[in-house]
Amino acid sequence: MSYKAKFKVWRGEGGEGKLEDFTVEVNEGEVVLDIIHRLQATQAPDLAVRWNCKAGKCGSCSMEINGKPRLGCMTRMSTFTEDETITVTPMRTFPVIKDLVTDVSFNYEKAREIPSFTPPAGVRPGEYRMKQVDVERSQEFRKCIECFMCNNICHVIRDHEENKPAFAGPRFLMRIAELDMHPYDVADRQESAQEEHGLGYCNITKCCTEVCPEHIKITDNALIPMKERVADRKYDPIVWLGNKIFKRAK
Amino acid sequence: MTQTTPDAPVRRQRAQIKVRTLRTDRWWLAPLLTFLALSAFLVYGVWAIIDGSYYFDPYIAPFSSPCLTTSCAEGARLFGWAPIGDWYTLPPGLLILGLPGGFRLTCYYYRKSYYRSFWLSPPACAVQEPHGKYSGETRFPLIMQNIHRYFFYAAIVIGAILSYDAILAVIHKPLGLGSWVLIANAVLIVAYTLSCHSCRHITAGRLNHFSRHPLRYRAWTFVSKLNAKHQPLAWASMFSVMGADLYVRLVAKGIIAFPYA
Amino acid sequence: MEIERHEYDVVVIGAGGAGLRAAIEARQQGKRTAIVCKSLFGKAHTVMAEGGAAAAMGNVNPDDNWMVHFRDTMRGGKFLNNWRMAELHAKEAPDRVWELEAWGALFDRTKDGKISQRNFGGHEYPRLAHVGDRTGLELIRTLQQRVVALQQEDFETHGDHEAYIKVFAECTVTRLLKDGDRIAGGFGYWRESGNFVVFDAPAVVLATGGIGKSYVVTSNSWEYTGDGHALALLAGAKLINMEFIQFHPTGMVWPPSVRGILVTESVRGDGGVLRNSDGERFMFKYIPEVFKDKYATTEEEGDRWYTDQANNRRPPELLPRDEVARAINAEVKAGRGSPQGGVFLDVSTRLPAEEIKRRLPSMHHQFKELADVDITAEPMQVGPTCHYIMGGVEVDADTGAAAVPGLFAAGEVSGGMHGSNRLGGNSLSDLLVFGRRAGAGAAAYIDSLPARPKVVQELVEEAHTEALAPLGRSGENPYEVHHELQRTMNELVGIIRKAEEVSEALEAVEKLKERVQLVGAAGSRIYNPGWHLAIDLRNMVLVSECVARAALLREESRGGHTRDDFPGMNPVWRRKLLVCSTEDGSSVTVEEKVQPSMADHLIKLFDRDELTKYLTDEEMTEFDGIAKS
Repeated sequence: MSYKAKFKVWRGEGGEGKLEDFTVEVNEGEVVLDIIHRLQATQAPDLAVRWNCKAGKCGSCSMEINGKPRLGCMTRMSTFTEDETITVTPMRTFPVIKDLVTDVSFNYEKAREIPSFTPPAGVRPGEYRMKQVDVERSQEFRKCIECFMCNNICHVIRDHEENKPAFAGPRFLMRIAELDMHPYDVADRQESAQEEHGLGYCNITKCCTEVCPEHIKITDNALIPMKERVADRKYDPIVWLGNKIFKRAK
Repeated sequence: MTQTTPDAPVRRQRAQIKVRTLRTDRWWLAPLLTFLALSAFLVYGVWAIIDGSYYFDPYIAPFSSPCLTTSCAEGARLFGWAPIGDWYTLPPGLLILGLPGGFRLTCYYYRKSYYRSFWLSPPACAVQEPHGKYSGETRFPLIMQNIHRYFFYAAIVIGAILSYDAILAVIHKPLGLGSWVLIANAVLIVAYTLSCHSCRHITAGRLNHFSRHPLRYRAWTFVSKLNAKHQPLAWASMFSVMGADLYVRLVAKGIIAFPYA
Repeated sequence: MEIERHEYDVVVIGAGGAGLRAAIEARQQGKRTAIVCKSLFGKAHTVMAEGGAAAAMGNVNPDDNWMVHFRDTMRGGKFLNNWRMAELHAKEAPDRVWELEAWGALFDRTKDGKISQRNFGGHEYPRLAHVGDRTGLELIRTLQQRVVALQQEDFETHGDHEAYIKVFAECTVTRLLKDGDRIAGGFGYWRESGNFVVFDAPAVVLATGGIGKSYVVTSNSWEYTGDGHALALLAGAKLINMEFIQFHPTGMVWPPSVRGILVTESVRGDGGVLRNSDGERFMFKYIPEVFKDKYATTEEEGDRWYTDQANNRRPPELLPRDEVARAINAEVKAGRGSPQGGVFLDVSTRLPAEEIKRRLPSMHHQFKELADVDITAEPMQVGPTCHYIMGGVEVDADTGAAAVPGLFAAGEVSGGMHGSNRLGGNSLSDLLVFGRRAGAGAAAYIDSLPARPKVVQELVEEAHTEALAPLGRSGENPYEVHHELQRTMNELVGIIRKAEEVSEALEAVEKLKERVQLVGAAGSRIYNPGWHLAIDLRNMVLVSECVARAALLREESRGGHTRDDFPGMNPVWRRKLLVCSTEDGSSVTVEEKVQPSMADHLIKLFDRDELTKYLTDEEMTEFDGIAKS
């Protein structure tokens, strides 16, 4: 059942580093993270990898396996052939601290830029009444485990470091959508989604949806609906006119 | 025993990996096929517009419907109208081409497919794009993609006309293969149109309280189901409109001439 | 010696549910607060909690109230719980859950728009507020976002997001620092750089979770190395109830690499049944005497309960976790286990596939991705896994204060609330209720201080030397020592215990202690996992010793402590708490302490018949006196 697999693992501190070759035992039922741990325990005790729950729930062990962003703990070795060389590298969009560990502080800074949930004044805890159908859309987005692989793969910042200040990334544009669709949120988020958080940079090429380990339909359910809401606000003269008249009538 | 080591600037760099991608699968296949298919559609479209044999009673080729000029054959005109006089000498299809064309051009799915396959931005996930700068849909001209909903309104009208054409064909020639080709095409076109993201937004996507609008919520649920199939519908309706159009033209040219054609 | 230093009012160690709730409270009370956590912000083990947060809101069954919840909690803990904690918990849990909603949490809803509540083992009524089977994620994300909201407020008023609350992510505290008997701060290192850091703070809240990483088969992540338990011990605080470890009955058993990962109890709450290799629903054979009248005795009645809870008793699959875990253990030992050494948990024949996917999405996902098993089509194989330690820092129920002034603890690292066994769903509510109380306790403590304690410099130097030591040695690989400790604990102080085996474990732990002194870590200080493990080993060994010593002393079986040689519950032992402490920082002493009797207004909530199963004759006489008055 067990065999020797060939691995190439990116090792280095800061940006400098290279792919190092390893030959390592693989047993039935194992995932890539197990193999990285075996390397730590047997050949490279200081090989750095970030991990936590090992069940695809915390989103810590994001890495790139054969060029694709994956969670190490959810990538079964049985998806590779035994003679395949498996290349493991850190996420490319974020600076490297060491080996497979990247500095993901970009994401935490962006999280801070999104205004928090803003309930209407006067609703006390325990008084919230929301129907299931009204919370389901936002609930889908709250499945996010913050592995940041969507932000990692998004070419807007992956290929263009200079866009980082202007672009919140799929994760946080989805957070805006989550709040904008929240039945009790009263903050105005549509204008700022476009102007401050860079929704317009998204060209809906859907890589965020492809890599999402939680299978959240980021593009179809969050980004495009948000683009449509922004279009209501900024680019649709009829809706604009309708709102003017309606507001006046009120 | 000094322990403070300030962060060296080198520590804030991405992993220096020189290759554009480390993907080992055939990631280039999908954009290549998309490029070929979309190109074929464009080439066919240009030919179809120039081609004059768009009508063979009771079939009208979808690329040329509605036919709005006096140069159109009597039966090809929508409700017998010809609002555009004979001063217009270009192919009549050119007049309306912009509506379904614009709908597809600004469609959220087609945007993905041509950004990937034509503009390589990016060609595939985790494959570096060749451009030095990127501003996405923040500026002119791509900011114009936001008018998609207006093309959607037009596409609804076109979809209705194609359905009307097809029903008319079935009434006049129930045993004609062409009638049913047009019906199949109309169904796919309408399904594609209704599966549009703008349509989903308009039905109820823009609301935050579905529970207060049960009818709109039901419509949204229906459109959402179609919307999940927007990509396959986009392709299916593209091929069906191309196929139906070609079929009518071949019948009109007499190349297809079997009974019940 | 120049080391990065930070001054705070409150340092919270741990960023799970309890830590974040404590930090939020401290900050809301105007204290400058640091959150120090081993992982990234928002990754703590709380995300793994699936089922829900127990709170008697009565949204689904209006008969529910705090008194029923209190009774269930005491029963689950076999009456060994700190009754005051159980009372506060039952009373305050609803407010804590509602508060989350005001911070943006989106729980599943009832038809009339309230928070929906689900059934769970040991809870008389549907009580668990939940979001599918990812409630822990919702809880941690909501608290995380609340911290961010407070930071945004601070930015508005002070121009600095981190003026009043700052997260030190991927930072590990290795020692608490004192000034005399008072807490004065903590010493730690950044995982990222290996640089050291000193926190000057008069109050420290421990919220570090559990100790599962001392076991091979565990649902716990690498962080669960008993840091808080050890830090408290080393600072002079006391641990209680360390012998009580909850083995969750249903962990995955295959593939080997994910062995121990949790299969949520909701699978059973939503209709899943346990079967052995003969296809028998064996739980009916294992209903203990104390629960005989509360559980269904036939499959028909059990099945009817899912749709009609008023007129039927619940199926025995929903017995408290310790009972189910022991039953599975017994079936496997009797040779009626599944091919991979567990039993079958089947929901595929009980619910339509769509319903399973809707109610248990992450279980469906987890089995599909990790084991290639489709739970809508075939049964899962499950077995017990080390899940939770009921024991922990002995704290004051109302404030979370430990014996050392300035030290507070909340959540899994504190002891007493759950007695000898925790009910599912009581953990998340525990985090919220006592997280808040510990934060408030710390704030009040600071207000009462005449002067800020000062960190004693020698202690910093000692901690510094200790932390650096493994890097200077070229000794044994820490992974091997860790593995041996895990095997020892799993095999000898596991779910079923015997005096000889536990004694053997203690000898082994003694030897491991020496080996820990010698382990070496190769490589630099930058993100060096071998070094981090070498440092964590001190904590794991110390805590393991507490578990083993207490387990050897307690000569009865109760909740999360099962002695093969003392199979029954003994009312005399119910009154005794085993208290661990350390004098020299390496050897543990255990002393007995009398458990205070339950307050009159609480004990009156129980029937006399029920109490006779737990209390001594002497206590019953007292009770009769109270009942009459």
